[in-house]
Amino acid sequence: MTDILNRDDTAKLPAPPAEANEETWELRLYVAGQSAKSVAAFANLRALCERYLPGKYEIEIVDLLQKPQLARGDQIVAIPTLVRKLPEPIRKIVGDLSNTEKTLVGLQLRPRAW
Amino acid sequence: MTDVARREEVARTNGHARQELAKSATGIQGLDEITGGGLPAGRPTLICGSAGCGKTLLSLEFLVRGATEFGENGVFLAFEETAEELSQNVRSLGFDLDQLIEDGKLVVDYVHVDRSEIDETGEYDLEGLFIRLADAIDHVGAKRVVLDTIESLFGGLSNDAILRSELRRLFRWLKERGVTAIITGERGEKSLTRQGLEEYVSDCVILLDHRVSGQLSTRRLRIVKYRGSTHGTNEYPFLIDQFGISVLPITSLGLEHGTTSERVSTGVAGLDAMLGGKGVYRASSILISGTAGTGKSTIAAHFAHAACRRGERCLYFAFEESPDQIVRNMRSVGIDLMPWVDQGLLKIQANRPSMYGLETHLTTMYREVQELGPKLVIMDPITSFLRSDGGTDAEAMLVRMIDFLKGGEITSVFNSLTRGGSALEQSEVGISSLIDTWLVVKEIEQQGERNRGLYVIKSRGMSHSEQIREFLITGEGSQLKDAYIGPGGVLTGSARLAQEAREEAAKLKRLEDIERKQRSLEHKRLALDAQIATLRLEFEAEEQEAQRMIAEEQRREERLDEDRAEMARSRKADPQPEKAQEPT
Repeated sequence: MTDILNRDDTAKLPAPPAEANEETWELRLYVAGQSAKSVAAFANLRALCERYLPGKYEIEIVDLLQKPQLARGDQIVAIPTLVRKLPEPIRKIVGDLSNTEKTLVGLQLRPRAW
Repeated sequence: MTDVARREEVARTNGHARQELAKSATGIQGLDEITGGGLPAGRPTLICGSAGCGKTLLSLEFLVRGATEFGENGVFLAFEETAEELSQNVRSLGFDLDQLIEDGKLVVDYVHVDRSEIDETGEYDLEGLFIRLADAIDHVGAKRVVLDTIESLFGGLSNDAILRSELRRLFRWLKERGVTAIITGERGEKSLTRQGLEEYVSDCVILLDHRVSGQLSTRRLRIVKYRGSTHGTNEYPFLIDQFGISVLPITSLGLEHGTTSERVSTGVAGLDAMLGGKGVYRASSILISGTAGTGKSTIAAHFAHAACRRGERCLYFAFEESPDQIVRNMRSVGIDLMPWVDQGLLKIQANRPSMYGLETHLTTMYREVQELGPKLVIMDPITSFLRSDGGTDAEAMLVRMIDFLKGGEITSVFNSLTRGGSALEQSEVGISSLIDTWLVVKEIEQQGERNRGLYVIKSRGMSHSEQIREFLITGEGSQLKDAYIGPGGVLTGSARLAQEAREEAAKLKRLEDIERKQRSLEHKRLALDAQIATLRLEFEAEEQEAQRMIAEEQRREERLDEDRAEMARSRKADPQPEKAQEPT
């Protein structure tokens, strides 16, 4: 997982495995330094992924304080923002991910209640 | 505070000690005048208004002018349009955003928040937006920032409480960064903006408006508040055209214009005579009113002709006739305007009043006047404006126009068509107070004819004729004839001619009488002379006769003496010497 964190170009990844269930979830978390919300979001995300997507997720953390120019690409306004790059379509979840239910719905790991 | 005092204050503020508020000039024509120098520097300004009222354009012009004219780079954070769209939209106004971006003077960042792809869970803040903005500001060293329209965030994110506290933080942050910011906001139902942004931006609020009245749209701008600074409080019409935005703060000119006592000819000798013999004051406003076909345009053309003959430039705004038509028609009454047009002394600008809104007319005229620099401006006629919207806006426009022209020492002539049936003086009550010299051309119907009578209702600052004079338009120009007062009022046309003939006959008769008297006197004198001559002749004849008789008598006496001496000699009686001795 650590090598993924430092990877620059996610677009050149090999295609996900043929089995739909086995596809890799590519997640990117935008944070601003070590703020409480950012740390909480990362912790919540990792716990959630370990539980629901064990072994098939990659998390990239982008610190906008260090790379502010990256905010434009994914249209980041709020911090923290989790972007699901793969599987498509792109989804964004804003907030510290403290509500696991909502996060799962947002990531489309669980259908919406309505 | 009066306009004059305000302007002086502004001048003082801009001049040296900026004790008041530092201001950031917008470079937008007119806006800097009514804000007294620009937007508050280093503070956010809210510009609100309904869709399509020009918010984006105004804020973008603020940035472009800042970058091109004041050396202050800018950041445009667009929430509604992409950079490409913006760039295309303002290219028609002569703004080249791409070039400015390339030159590192401007950053346009498109911020897109799509609710359909965003879920929210837990705490968050807008630090991402702050970071983007800070990055953009640092990138070009921006002094000016526009957020257009930040309210879109409320559509993309649902947690209002977070948004509001973050917006408050954002505006505070902008102030701390010392950038002059414009935040645009959509007009709300009850409040100035939908999300009540005016709560957060309290330094300066400008409201834009786009109104349609009588099928003509007028854009207006009003400064709702400007903390720490005086400002024009009116609604000012503004215009978006190929030069960007122009606000028309002409009312702020006020009444400080100087006056001149120079007089200029009206071009009609008789009219000059009625106006104290010297014509009208330079830079005064002249209203010519009358019903259709009374020769208002002709008088206006005389004014133009006279001005051009003095070598002064003249601008003729025609709202009902084309330039060619005016030149042709005036030639038929002996006024040839063509040479002046060719020499560039006379410019005839023809527009339909209904073509566009009042503010566009005003700006167009304003611009034409500034370009040509005329000494005389004619508007023929102004009635269509007054009629188009009940008059109040048009009156305001004319006030601005008159103030503007007076400020430039320009004489102005306004023609006004009086509707048949309405009182001549009543119809122009709204603007008559602005007018220095008011001429009325009146139809006089008499003995099956319609003739024109001209009189001066008022003429400020000079003694003028109170008489109604007949106004004649001939092939050699216009003339003013003395009008006769008859039993039925003023005599004009053929009635005047008949009266003139009667007077001529009476005069002839008097002359004949005198001649006759002189002749009879001469006769008498001649008769007297003849009598005197006759008497003298008679006298001369008598005198001659008398002298002849006297001479005869003397001769007889001498002969008697000779005879007596002869006799004595023959008698030899007496000694010879004593001739006188009597015989014994």
